[in-house]
Amino acid sequence: MLRHWACGACFDVTDAILHLVTVDFRWRGRSGFSVSVPDFAMNAGETVLLLGESGSGKSTLLSLICGTMLPDAGQVHIAGADLTTLSNGARDRFRAEQIGVIFQQFNLLPFGTVIDNILLPLRFAPERRKRAGDAKATAATLCTALGLPGEILGHRANTLSVGQQQRVAVARALIGQPPLIIADEPTSALDADSQAVFLDLLFQQTAANKASLLMVSHDPRLADRFDRVVRMEDIASVHRVAA
Amino acid sequence: MILRLAIASLFARALTVGMTILAIALSVALFLAVEKVRTGAKESFADTISGTDLIVGARSGSVQLLLYSVFRIGNATNNVSWESYQDIATRPDVEWIVPISLGDSHRQFRVMGTTRAFFDHYKYRQGRSLETADGVIMEDLFDTVIGADVAATLGYSVGDPIVVAHGLASFSEHKNQPFRISGILAKTGTPVDRTVIVSMEAIEAIHVDWRSGAQIPGQITPVDVIRQMELTPKAITAALVGVESPLQTFALQRAINEYRQEPLLAVLPGVALQELWGIVGVAETALLAVSAMVVVTALIGMMATIFSSLNERRREMAIFRAMGARPTTILGLLVLEAMLMAALGALLGLALLYAGLSVAQPMIDSAFGLWLPVTAPSLQELWVILAVVGAGAIVSMVPAVRAYRMSLADGMMVKT
Repeated sequence: MLRHWACGACFDVTDAILHLVTVDFRWRGRSGFSVSVPDFAMNAGETVLLLGESGSGKSTLLSLICGTMLPDAGQVHIAGADLTTLSNGARDRFRAEQIGVIFQQFNLLPFGTVIDNILLPLRFAPERRKRAGDAKATAATLCTALGLPGEILGHRANTLSVGQQQRVAVARALIGQPPLIIADEPTSALDADSQAVFLDLLFQQTAANKASLLMVSHDPRLADRFDRVVRMEDIASVHRVAA
Repeated sequence: MILRLAIASLFARALTVGMTILAIALSVALFLAVEKVRTGAKESFADTISGTDLIVGARSGSVQLLLYSVFRIGNATNNVSWESYQDIATRPDVEWIVPISLGDSHRQFRVMGTTRAFFDHYKYRQGRSLETADGVIMEDLFDTVIGADVAATLGYSVGDPIVVAHGLASFSEHKNQPFRISGILAKTGTPVDRTVIVSMEAIEAIHVDWRSGAQIPGQITPVDVIRQMELTPKAITAALVGVESPLQTFALQRAINEYRQEPLLAVLPGVALQELWGIVGVAETALLAVSAMVVVTALIGMMATIFSSLNERRREMAIFRAMGARPTTILGLLVLEAMLMAALGALLGLALLYAGLSVAQPMIDSAFGLWLPVTAPSLQELWVILAVVGAGAIVSMVPAVRAYRMSLADGMMVKT
């Protein structure tokens, strides 16, 4: 498999699902923490592992990509649109339409049923809802594919095991086929066996959806499974000004 | 789905949410109960006398005249002479007139002398007539008809003898002329329930041996002799008047107020009632204000509950944000939640009110003579519920705006 290293010139921008250009972000307030990403891109359908220790600016980078934070300078291109040119509301809608998010843990609304949790992003993304077709049937298919028992759809999320919750989170990220899946340390709450099973399923379903996968982790042992491994320090520089 | 999730979220915090709803429910029930009692009291107040066009008495204040003639509170400063009464009674515009003579008592209850016409013309609660629950209206000179409360309090039944005392809270009794209870009136919720009714002639009869408010020593006229006597009253306390046509009411009132031979006063019962209610009304408004404050307190309690839940719900908000919800959706979600709580509380309060009312209604009626009808919720009550929901929404804006700010700053990453 061809391995690309971070290099803006290697990519045709129109082919990229994600492209950050000369992005600068500085936290407001006393912390004096700033992140700059000169150039980082991902091809459509590519799977990328972003390695970084805590405090390396991973969370900030993900927030910039998801559009919950705006950079002070630069552009964030996702699926052909520049997030920095969109209004706040349009960015939220864009995230709902284009990005599936999986957290480390506590992915689900504990009081909601599994089906409610899976269908939640569709509520904010009409286009994605259309793509999902019969949303409930699609959710059931996804659950089956992810090895979840069928009757689980009606269960409340907080009755599920952590491993099951993470799989439901995958189903929620994949429903309606968003082109970009962002996973923030999704396996850190799982034991080693469950990790392997979980990643198998995640890759299998991401590939089936022809989606790109950007996964953030501090664990380099996962590297083999990805098209490409990127170290946080290689793409971003973090500055801390002592307050 | 958002509504379902909001409800599920409320259910997940059932205990605190339940307490909040209960507090709102109790406060709303209290408010509506005060309102109910207030309107009920006002109505039964206005219902004490109906169908009477004018009340005539010696010149004093209109409220005072109303109080002693209808409510049996306080005393007349002066009487109306029998001649003046006759003059009014014979006027062509007077359709009927009922004399009332007060001043004696039986135990804690007042004795009222009147004529049979009283039972024909005294109306209460939109034209209802007095009815006997037991026995008949007095037929003999020494017969009496007692109100429902008198019978219930003193345990009297038809045929029992009673002795009337001279004056109020007095030790001198008219024990030479005992009365016999000929009838007991059905409960009316008016001062009639607390009245012992005898005939005008009987009032004269028991005072045959009295002069200037004192018994003539040694003089005891036998009852047989009294029965043969001419018992025309010399004076009455007040009179209820009905006119031929409502149009003549004011002319008659004017004529009585300008009556030359004696200083008299005629009042329209409705006007006097309004005047009296205006005095009582201040307390009533204060009561309503206090219960409104209780509702406000409960809503502020809800605001505090939402506030304290915000931190533990940051994760939940981050999930919503990650799924593409705008910060305004988070704000809306919290306001929706508050409105649901307020609405549930208000409806539960209404239910509590009706449950309490149906249980307490007979007790309130017998204890206070206050009839609170159990009717379908009035438009006003629905407005109160709407106002509570609206106020809940407004109050919840404070924590909701905070959640909005938090979710804007947190985005989808919660640092804990």
